[in-house]
Amino acid sequence: MTERNLLFGPEDDVSRDSGYDEHPPRVGFFTDTSVCIGCKACEVACKEWNHVPEDGLDLLGMSMDNTGMLGANSWRHVAFVEQRRPAGQEGGWSLPDEMTAQVEPRLRAAPRGGSELGTTPLPSPGSGAVQDLGMPTFSRPGDGTGAEARTDFRWLMESDVCKHCTHAGCLDVCPTGALFRTEFGTVVVQQDICNGCGYCVSGCPYGVIDRRPGDGRANKCTLCYDRLHDGLEPACAKACPTQSIQFGELDELRERADRRLAELHGQGVAEAELYGRDPDDGVGGHGALFLLLDKPEVYGLPPDPVVPTRFAPEIWRRVGTAAAAFAVAGIGAFVSAAFGNRR
Amino acid sequence: MNGDHSPAHGPRRAVAEVAGQPPGDVASYYGRPVLKTPVWEWKVAAYLFTGGLAAGTAVIAAGADLTGAARLRRACWLGSLGALLASLVLLVADLGRPERFHHMLRVAKPTSPMSVGTWILSAFGPGVGAAAIWEMVPVRWRSSWPARLLRAVSRGLGLASAATAPGVATYTAALLSHTAVPGWQEVRAELPFVFAGSAAASGGGFGMLAAPVLEAAPARRFAALGATGELVASRLMEQRMGLIREVYHQGAAGRRRRGAELLTLAGLAGTVLVAGRSRAGAAASGLALLGGSALQRFGVFEAGVASTKDPRYTVVPQRERLDAAARDRSAVTG
Repeated sequence: MTERNLLFGPEDDVSRDSGYDEHPPRVGFFTDTSVCIGCKACEVACKEWNHVPEDGLDLLGMSMDNTGMLGANSWRHVAFVEQRRPAGQEGGWSLPDEMTAQVEPRLRAAPRGGSELGTTPLPSPGSGAVQDLGMPTFSRPGDGTGAEARTDFRWLMESDVCKHCTHAGCLDVCPTGALFRTEFGTVVVQQDICNGCGYCVSGCPYGVIDRRPGDGRANKCTLCYDRLHDGLEPACAKACPTQSIQFGELDELRERADRRLAELHGQGVAEAELYGRDPDDGVGGHGALFLLLDKPEVYGLPPDPVVPTRFAPEIWRRVGTAAAAFAVAGIGAFVSAAFGNRR
Repeated sequence: MNGDHSPAHGPRRAVAEVAGQPPGDVASYYGRPVLKTPVWEWKVAAYLFTGGLAAGTAVIAAGADLTGAARLRRACWLGSLGALLASLVLLVADLGRPERFHHMLRVAKPTSPMSVGTWILSAFGPGVGAAAIWEMVPVRWRSSWPARLLRAVSRGLGLASAATAPGVATYTAALLSHTAVPGWQEVRAELPFVFAGSAAASGGGFGMLAAPVLEAAPARRFAALGATGELVASRLMEQRMGLIREVYHQGAAGRRRRGAELLTLAGLAGTVLVAGRSRAGAAASGLALLGGSALQRFGVFEAGVASTKDPRYTVVPQRERLDAAARDRSAVTG
């Protein structure tokens, strides 16, 4: 298994390795966040096409992001990263601390630590508490605090989606076979098989897949498996007005991503980086690539995720040793008691 | 993993920042967790305990069968079946679609510890059931030929079950470690030994509680070995932890782990010092060991859950890994 990199590492033909002798080329997304305008048409198109249920309307206090994160009922999620820096400075963008200070306690107070974002609203501050929404005032910026306190401001927007990993943690740990690799190289949950064991939820190093409340089964992006069968592109890519979400054959998307990165670097956007492009990374590369304008963790993405299966040989060796020790202890207890003084 | 990472920051602190600011503050998306918190509830933690108990008691029951300790054998087969039935109820109840529990039997998947565990339990369960059923046959019927046939079959099945018990006792460590949950994944080297020791301690503790002192000597030895192994492995695990030591020390998980250590230590002392002389002492020691084992499972379970609620536990080790790799690359090229 390790020779063909079935557990981790680069895998050239993921569909063949899943048992498809004849199959179409692997497809995926290239999400270029540098042209995302945060319109959320992808979120809406996805919900409409896939009949993903409404999951609570709430103002989360995370800039214009009121979806929160990917989840069972949010298969596309547009992140809005509001950043500022002292006026005129190079680099050094950061989220306003006071915004995080508002949001983070509410996340921690929620039963699943904010994992319920994308499926249910967060607990709200008690009714009657006045919240500062940061509404515009009539004074000019910096009037009260002096010119040196003025800041530059930027918004990073990113439409997040299931990564359709080459080595998918969710797929590997699924005990029923509900999660499977399609002929297109994507990863899909069969709803008639899933029994809601929840292992995939903890197997995903990106926090993408989740169990749908009230339904009990795991749900995530299918890369519009039904549309692919009819030769159509996924609903989100179809709806994207700026081609921030591009659909296509993965090999071609990788080249396109490389070209776009070189172009941005040439224009002086040195911080641009590709995410999920490298087949040598911890999940063998994504089926859904991203071009980011800051570090992955700024968007809520793990910087260097690793598929848990990578540790499987090591884990089972240790389990085997522990099991042997357990057996030896059991036998030893009886043998020593038989020869001992029966104490 | 390096262990001295930013102890000054409480678990709540995951404030966003960018490159150039002091290490310790970690960039995040409004403090939002990167991972999904496990959907598993207390039932899974309880199963970790009952599954280990079923395995530990099965080993003692089989040994008692082979050495002719009838009362120890009877108590432990019945205890094993009880723990096994509780395990099955807990596992099925935690599913999102409990009526589809049998979908676990559609496939055998070596990459899924839950699938491996399903088949280990399937191999383990029937023999425990058969052996326990024979124990429930009234004495006056035992010489009848159907009962003798049942005895012959159930004895073989019971011993075969005991042979799979080490798998039942330890696979749950793989179940937890084979996830993206930092608090479980990063203890993958030691957790199997903690769980094996915990299972042996609880099984031995049950034998001490339920069987007379005269017959329970092997149970005491098994419990003492298990408790010692658990205490040592648990300490070792904690020493090797990096940033996630916080989640094992703080909050409910930390309280349960401290309670587990105290109870297991007390149970071990009682097992060695008084359980061989006094029935009451044996029962108290057995109860302490059972309680320690249960608290250990809940502590580990909750520590893992807590580690998913703060993005630092996911981001910091990964960022350190990336930075180290970048330094290595620049050292080679520069």
